[in-house]
Amino acid sequence: MNTLLFGAHGLDSGVLLSLFLHFGMLSLLAIGGAITTAPDMQRYVVGERGWLTDAQFTASVAIAQAAPGPNVLFVAVVGWNIAGLAGVLATLAGSLLPSTTLALAASRYGEQYRESRTMRAFSAGMAPLTLGLLLATGWVLTAPVRDHWGAMLLVPLTVLLLVKTRLSPVWLVAMGALAGALGWA
Amino acid sequence: MPEADALRLPRGALDIARVFNRMALQGFGGVLAVAQRELVERERWMTPAQFLEVLSLGQVLPGPNIINMALIIGHRFCGWRGAAAALAGLLCLPLLIVLLLAVLYRETLSQPRVAGALRGMGAVAAGLVIGTALKLAGSLRHNPLGRPAAAGIALVTLLAIGLWRWPMVGVVLGLGGASVAAAWWRLGK
Repeated sequence: MNTLLFGAHGLDSGVLLSLFLHFGMLSLLAIGGAITTAPDMQRYVVGERGWLTDAQFTASVAIAQAAPGPNVLFVAVVGWNIAGLAGVLATLAGSLLPSTTLALAASRYGEQYRESRTMRAFSAGMAPLTLGLLLATGWVLTAPVRDHWGAMLLVPLTVLLLVKTRLSPVWLVAMGALAGALGWA
Repeated sequence: MPEADALRLPRGALDIARVFNRMALQGFGGVLAVAQRELVERERWMTPAQFLEVLSLGQVLPGPNIINMALIIGHRFCGWRGAAAALAGLLCLPLLIVLLLAVLYRETLSQPRVAGALRGMGAVAAGLVIGTALKLAGSLRHNPLGRPAAAGIALVTLLAIGLWRWPMVGVVLGLGGASVAAAWWRLGK
């Protein structure tokens, strides 16, 4: 039961607090999505603290990728593997509390001044940048599959099906999983 | 694509939680593509331009983009309760599922079939993000920067982040700052 609650290392509350603080700091630096913080997270929990091995860290990210939901949930798996449910609480709260507080404050400000020239300029000026960032994210996501030509064929096929048909994304993901399981990707 | 006059409103916080939960459970390898489909095309709570606007805010703010977007959208429709409902809908069930997978995980993920399936899903996830960007690109038509300039900024961002791997903060502050300043000037004319 204790392993379930606190994990294999039996980390004490001071360690859990430093886990919480480190993930909280990373979350405030994470412009451009949760997954951009993964390299530094790995440096901290694998290299500096030795709580997980490289393989365990990579597997944690892979598990979260296989499950539905926001990508940020990979921090919950990392927390689970370090310190059980207490670890989940530390990493997830750390990753969410600072940034959600900021997002809510910004949201209130944005609604109040929505029609101001500054906010309109922000939306208009950031729109092309946001699209560029999305395209870049898509490109970066192809990195692990670039030497598998079958999987690389799936990328433009998915783009085509998403843009030209009314198929739900979930069917496209199922198609990818099936193609991969059959050894085509 | 819905125009502004055909938009609908969520029926309260519970409705927001329901839609964000449905969205999260369909979101393999990222929720963004599903979010665009559900919020813009299916529920018609927002236009593509509004979606892009919230996405811009969600990306500039630190923290997970989709979480930031959920908070902003929930808050816009239903205040604090809406924000909490969107967050809970997005996180509760997926968290249970991912922890269940972590518990069940032994050697499963390294089996060749499972590894292949994950690779296929990863490729589709990349295509979904690119396709969503292309779907949203239509809303640049009315951008005060003008279509060529907007397309140019998108292209430079793609190259800087995707190929040259420049740090995100520099690109957002530098190029983004210049772009917002140019839009501010054009809006005043």
